Amino acid sequence: MANSAVGVIFSNVHDENIPELSRHRTMASIPYGGRYRLIDFMLSNFVNSGITTVGIVTKYNYQSLIDHLGSGKDWDLARKDGGIILLPPYSDETDAPYTNRLEALKGITGFLNHRNEEYVVISDCDGIARVDVADIVRFHEEKGADITMVYHAEEGPVASNYYITLTPGEDGRIKGVKINPRIKGNAKNDVYINIMVINREFLIDIIQDAVTRGLSSFGKDILAKNVDTLKIYGYAFGGYYAGINSLQKYYKHSMELLNKDVRDELFGARDIYTKVRDSAPSKYIDGAVVKDSLISDGCVIEGTVENCILFRGVKIGKGSRIKNSIIMQDSIIGSNVELNCVITDKNVVVRDRHHLSGCEELPYFIAKGRMI
Amino acid sequence: MQRKKECVAMLLAGGQGSRLYALTNNIAKPAVAFGGKYRIIDFPLSNCINSGIDTVGVLTQYEPLELNEYIGNGQPWDLDRAFGGVHILSPYQAKKKSSWFEGTANAIYQNMHFMKKYNPEYVLILSGDHIYKMDYAAMLKAHKATGADCTIAAIEVPMKEASRFGILNTNEDGSIYQFEEKPKQPKSNLASMGIYIFTASKLFKYLDEDEANPNSSKDFGKDVLPAMLNAGEKMFSYRFSGYWKDVGTISSLWESNMDLLGEDPAFDVGDADWKIHSRNPLAPPEYIGDEAVVDNSLVSLGCEIEGTVKNSVLSSNVVVEKGAEVIDSVIMAGAVIKAGAKVTYSIIDENTVVEAGAVVGEDRNTASGIAVLGRNITIAAGVKVAAGQILDKDYKGE
Repeated sequence: MANSAVGVIFSNVHDENIPELSRHRTMASIPYGGRYRLIDFMLSNFVNSGITTVGIVTKYNYQSLIDHLGSGKDWDLARKDGGIILLPPYSDETDAPYTNRLEALKGITGFLNHRNEEYVVISDCDGIARVDVADIVRFHEEKGADITMVYHAEEGPVASNYYITLTPGEDGRIKGVKINPRIKGNAKNDVYINIMVINREFLIDIIQDAVTRGLSSFGKDILAKNVDTLKIYGYAFGGYYAGINSLQKYYKHSMELLNKDVRDELFGARDIYTKVRDSAPSKYIDGAVVKDSLISDGCVIEGTVENCILFRGVKIGKGSRIKNSIIMQDSIIGSNVELNCVITDKNVVVRDRHHLSGCEELPYFIAKGRMI
Repeated sequence: MQRKKECVAMLLAGGQGSRLYALTNNIAKPAVAFGGKYRIIDFPLSNCINSGIDTVGVLTQYEPLELNEYIGNGQPWDLDRAFGGVHILSPYQAKKKSSWFEGTANAIYQNMHFMKKYNPEYVLILSGDHIYKMDYAAMLKAHKATGADCTIAAIEVPMKEASRFGILNTNEDGSIYQFEEKPKQPKSNLASMGIYIFTASKLFKYLDEDEANPNSSKDFGKDVLPAMLNAGEKMFSYRFSGYWKDVGTISSLWESNMDLLGEDPAFDVGDADWKIHSRNPLAPPEYIGDEAVVDNSLVSLGCEIEGTVKNSVLSSNVVVEKGAEVIDSVIMAGAVIKAGAKVTYSIIDENTVVEAGAVVGEDRNTASGIAVLGRNITIAAGVKVAAGQILDKDYKGE
């Protein structure tokens, strides 16, 4: 069933939500969970659901993404037919690169035309969840929907700069689509998690129509305006969902991985694929103390690490105490350093005897490649 | 123009590894897990690709299934090539006769067509039993420089162990005047590492002759090398002084794993300049719990550690529950050490379960030997497995 669908992932949407981490990379290639990038979770959802053709829409800053994806073999997506297909922005002398989702979709109509799958599953990379895409496609088929939007119930305000709430009816048919509504107090809303199923031919028609009429917003001009005439259905996702739409949320949700239930749900039943780096197993030197932490391969730990996430190839020197922190790939923490609530991007060096501290609401962020 | 490869490697991976007992019940020795995420064969394969040798024939015979699956198309070692790459060479049926590989030389002889396909100038012969990092390209350079017909990698071993090895007696320039297989009274302590580079035409000639000789045991060390030497071929030693360890016994496998530990280990698997490639486990980062103690150990992806781990090497997805202790041990992928169980001076193979409160092995300083648990077995709650005991079936106590 799922091989009747092709995947499309938008790698740059929502970059502005988390500028600290997306300055030098796409949203898709933001490191997460010790050895992953955000895109790994949705790519793995596709692969685990039998979808083996995934177009990846890029706009800018996508070198790190290309480096990460390579031929796609680490996701078993190096295929003769399909596999990972990078879709860089299409522009000629008259067109600038796209500025909204409709223009981006227009840029990939060639890709959409060449496929013969019946459905397209469109996703962004701002959410971490184990989604059964095959089940969503099945739901879409059963309902005979034009569009199926996946949502989850969220309490209180949504941190993102751009979000959509849905009003589902009893049969799942969506009665209302709101863009950026004001959310008061702790009210529960059905928030769209940026995964939708849409009939491929229908999508191509929508894009053509939007271009001829000069429409610019998929959310406002297509979804919200046509909610009465289109068969838009909502698929309620009840599992663990982590929306990565600010540095605070990035920190909060990352730390949730220290919770066994969250790990079991995300990693337990199915594999999450990622780029392989051939690092050695992590080495715990005499005198190392590690508590309640996730440690990736290639680390060398001589100090104390508590309540932390260490990415691949991190070194923690003697006498250092690292607490409540996220240390990304190949960062080197010297000796007698104290860190609390710190996020270091990749390749950061913190020299001996430095003390740095943030707080949970405002983790102290050190940009990629900085030396302190 | 005919495409060719300057040097083709042939890796002898058919060994049963009978001295590893329960660890090689169902798998060939080169497929035995080592150093957390590796298997023994990762070392020669990584040495090949790191030395620029991208054509490797792997000769299998004993229990090849898991090894074949592990090697697959060779992609983890960057050995999936349109021309060259890694190929599994199993014994096969032929029109004239069909036979198992009879000795190391016969195994290579039976795969002559594979080597000839690449029209090589040199052939590198390797074995899949050792843990080491070696630049074969440097050895090949020496082979060319001396103009040798055969170059044998050699390492100095303690004199008292020399009679276990093939010993090279050499002149000052490194040329070999005598080759003694496991001599009772060794004249030197320069041991053959079982790594040979042959000038291809000479190798093919002597393999043909050896095959035609009914009195030959068809072994490189016993037959082919002495025959070449007797015929006056130019044979040189190539001295190697790095870490090199045969992991063919329980105790040497254990020791070699322990050599990876510490700040300045005897053997560094994390060397960025000489990466050891392997088929990587698909697993999240390891989780070290609130009450866990992890000291002087290697821990791999997917492990969940709530208990105590000291001086040990853990492969991927190992679980050590609360109150459990793993000390001076090697634990392979997916093994589970349940609450309060105690594992000391042991090797535990894949997916074996040590139930709550069971005790496996004894303190290293007083134990009579290493306790070994084979794969996929269960040690019942509360029972004791004595030091040196080797089990390959479920165990509920005496």
